[in-house]
This record gives sequence, structure tokens and C-alpha cells, in this order.
Amino acid sequence: MINSKDLDPNFKFLIASEPGGENIKRCFACGTCTGGCPVREITEVYNPRRIIRMALLGMKKEVLSSPFIWLCSSCYTCFERCPQDVKIPDLMNAIRNIAVREGYIPQAMKAQIDLLYSSGRLLEVTDFENEKRKELALPLIDGRTDDIKKIFEKLGLHGE
Amino acid sequence: MVNDSSEDQFPRYQYTLFLGCTVPVRALNYEVSARKVADRLGIHLHDIPEFSCCGYPIKSVNRYAYLLMAARNLALAEKKGHLLCTLCSACCGSLSEANHEIQQDQSLRQRINKDLSESLGMKYEGKVHITHFTRILQKEIGKETISKQVKLNLSSIRVAPHYGCHYIKPSTLYGRIEDPENPKSLDELIQATGAESIPYEDKLQCCGGGILAIDEQIALRMSQKKLEHIQAQKGDAMVLICPFCSVMYEGNQRKIEKAFQKEYKLPILFYPQLLGLAMGMEPDELGVKMNRVRPTEILKKLKPEVNLK
Repeated sequence: MINSKDLDPNFKFLIASEPGGENIKRCFACGTCTGGCPVREITEVYNPRRIIRMALLGMKKEVLSSPFIWLCSSCYTCFERCPQDVKIPDLMNAIRNIAVREGYIPQAMKAQIDLLYSSGRLLEVTDFENEKRKELALPLIDGRTDDIKKIFEKLGLHGE
Repeated sequence: MVNDSSEDQFPRYQYTLFLGCTVPVRALNYEVSARKVADRLGIHLHDIPEFSCCGYPIKSVNRYAYLLMAARNLALAEKKGHLLCTLCSACCGSLSEANHEIQQDQSLRQRINKDLSESLGMKYEGKVHITHFTRILQKEIGKETISKQVKLNLSSIRVAPHYGCHYIKPSTLYGRIEDPENPKSLDELIQATGAESIPYEDKLQCCGGGILAIDEQIALRMSQKKLEHIQAQKGDAMVLICPFCSVMYEGNQRKIEKAFQKEYKLPILFYPQLLGLAMGMEPDELGVKMNRVRPTEILKKLKPEVNLK
């Protein structure tokens, strides 16, 4: 049950000031997003209209700490259909960016950051891959990773 | 530039090829067939070995880090001067989005360039244009030219096109190149090969790949539904244009079959493989041996003389 004392009326402004979240206050809760969502079709856990409503009400902790904000598959179906141009996949990323800053980050995303940090890629290209490329007469790929390390370190992003 | 195997009746198209993470490790058959087909159609693909991940995976964690990773790749591409071509639809979407933002937002561009310059001694001026390999086939080469190249009759083959999401959406990012609710380009490119492009339920559905790392069961269920719908229409294969969609439908097909106690054995072809077959290339040249669900039945129909192990 919602307790109005626990709501953070500034949460929607915080989201609106985050890149991708600018249009959140336009939502009039029509549910077009949820109605056409392929993830919602599989699981009731993910419901974009509900997440937006909760965010607008100021349920900051519930939204940021919840695993459901990570379930948007970025298919952009709702992005195309939203009559208010809320840009929901971008909004979900804005909320996730805030969640990460507040200390809520799924293990899977941590693992991806580690991979990007160590090899510059989600799937490392090793000598094995380059050997295969040689056999197939494909140009070799540079396994060099220092650049991404440098970028992540500059942004304070390198995984522990 | 040396005039090599490409046929002279085609104008020269010069692109830098962006492979991304998935193609070189999990979809070499896509790369091999795309390069083969490109070469025959007069599309020159140049390589930059130093490209990294496009930046897409980190967008949800730190948007600025994503923009910076994308900008580094774009800066490398800009030096080469050519248009940038991707095989992966997610790379196409993420690089295009970052590119637009950097081009339009001057203060962002300054911040990016300050960081690029301080960390890596690089600079991006915003001059790169990004496109998907399939769009080059559709817009630059065209279905008429493609159908003139057909040497093998594919009319007995019924395939289900899978557009995936990032090839068409967000449509504004791609200048609304086609209707996101009713795209036709892949159907038409399939028809240009002579094969039949079949309709099926939820044709535009997402593969689920975007949340594979977050919740595998939901992602697999999303893919399974589509395999189910194509099986119901008795499709010979699914034809797609994104390596990550292929990871879901082909790489994970056995896992899906186990999880849902169903058998599909649905061959998954990359469009350039289908096109290459139509153009008379051998399955081996198109990396068909690397397809994990072997398109044995299709090849039997098309090339009874070929014995694909």
C-alpha cells in the first residue's frame, strides 16, 4: 500500500532531468505501451505503464530497487506507438542510469562492464578467433583493449 | 584502387565494415556470406581492426560511457572517410543514435571531444553516416539488380523473414525509411532471390535478446513463440539480418527445445546466405557448414548433388 509520507515528489523531476527521461510527465497512462509489449506478453512482472505511474507518484525506492526496470528488451514497439511520445525505452534507460548511481545494479550488468573493461568487447576476440579468421581468409581483428579501459577509468566505471 | 573480382557493370560502393561483438565470435557465417555477396555486387568493405564494442550494452548503466565508446568507433571510421556499414542491427541503432546526438548537440560534442582527446588523443567531427548492410542491398543495389543476378531457382523454398527491432525502429532515427508496423524491405529482398516470403503470426516480434543476460527464461520464451509460429506455417527456414537475433533463434534453439519440450529444427539463414545461394555460390563459400541447425532439407531441394555433412 502506498503511504504518501514515503513518496518523493521530486523523483519525476530527477527522471525528467536525466537524458532519455525528459518526456515522463507527458504520460497519461493510456497503457498502449503495456498492451503491445512483447515482454509483458510473457510475464506480468514487467508492466511499463505501472512503472511510469509509480515513478510519477514518487515511489523512488520501489522503482529504483526493483528488478523489473531491467526487463525492457528495447524493441521500441511502444516508442513507435506512444501517443504522448514518452520514448519509453529511453526512459527505462534513464531510470536504470539513476538506479546504478544509487547503488542498484544487476549482477549481469556488472559482468558486462567487466567484459567491456577487460577486452573492449562483450565477446573477447582471442588468438583462437583470429586463427579461424585466418583460415577463412578474413582480416584479423585487433584484440587491443587499452582504449576502453582508459575511457572507463576516466569515468570511474571500472569493475571491481 | 585495383579492379579485382567485382563485375564492372556495378558502380563502386565504398564502406567501412563495423563487425561489433557478436559477428566475429558467434556469426562468422554471416560475415563470410555478406563479404562474398558484397564483393560480387561491387560493394567494397574496408576494415578497421581497432573497432571495439559499439557501446550498446553499457547504455543502460551509464549513457555517457555508451556515447563515448560509440564516438571512439565513429572517430576511427571518420579517419577512413567512408560510409559505415554494420551487419548487426543493434550496432546500427546504437551507433546511429549516438551519432545523431553528437551531431546535433554542440555542447555534448565538445564534452565528448575533450574526453576523447584527453584519454585517447582522438577527435570526432560528426561526419560519419551509418547504415545497415541490408539497407545497402535494398537502397543502393536494389531488388531489380539483385533478381538479375539470380542463377539458381529458389521458388520451392518458403522462408519466414525476421526483421528484428533495431533495423526498423526507432523509425525516426532512420528517417522513417519504412513503416515500422508494416515493413516490406526484407520480404522484397527475399522475393528478389526467387524464394517465397511467408506470412506468420507476430512477424515483427522481438527475439528477446535484449534481456537474455537479465532473465534467460523470459528471453527464451520470447524466441520460442516465434519458432512456434513459423513451424505452424511450415516454413523451411527463418531468414534474418542480425547476429544477436541469430544467437536467440539458432544458438539457443536446442536450449529452447529442451526448456519447452518441443522440437523445431528450424534452419536459420542470414539473408546474404540465401542471396548467395540464389546467385549460384556454393554452400561452403557462404559458411553454411557453420550453421548450427543445418539447412539439409533446403539444400536437398536446391542442390541434390551437394552432400553437406
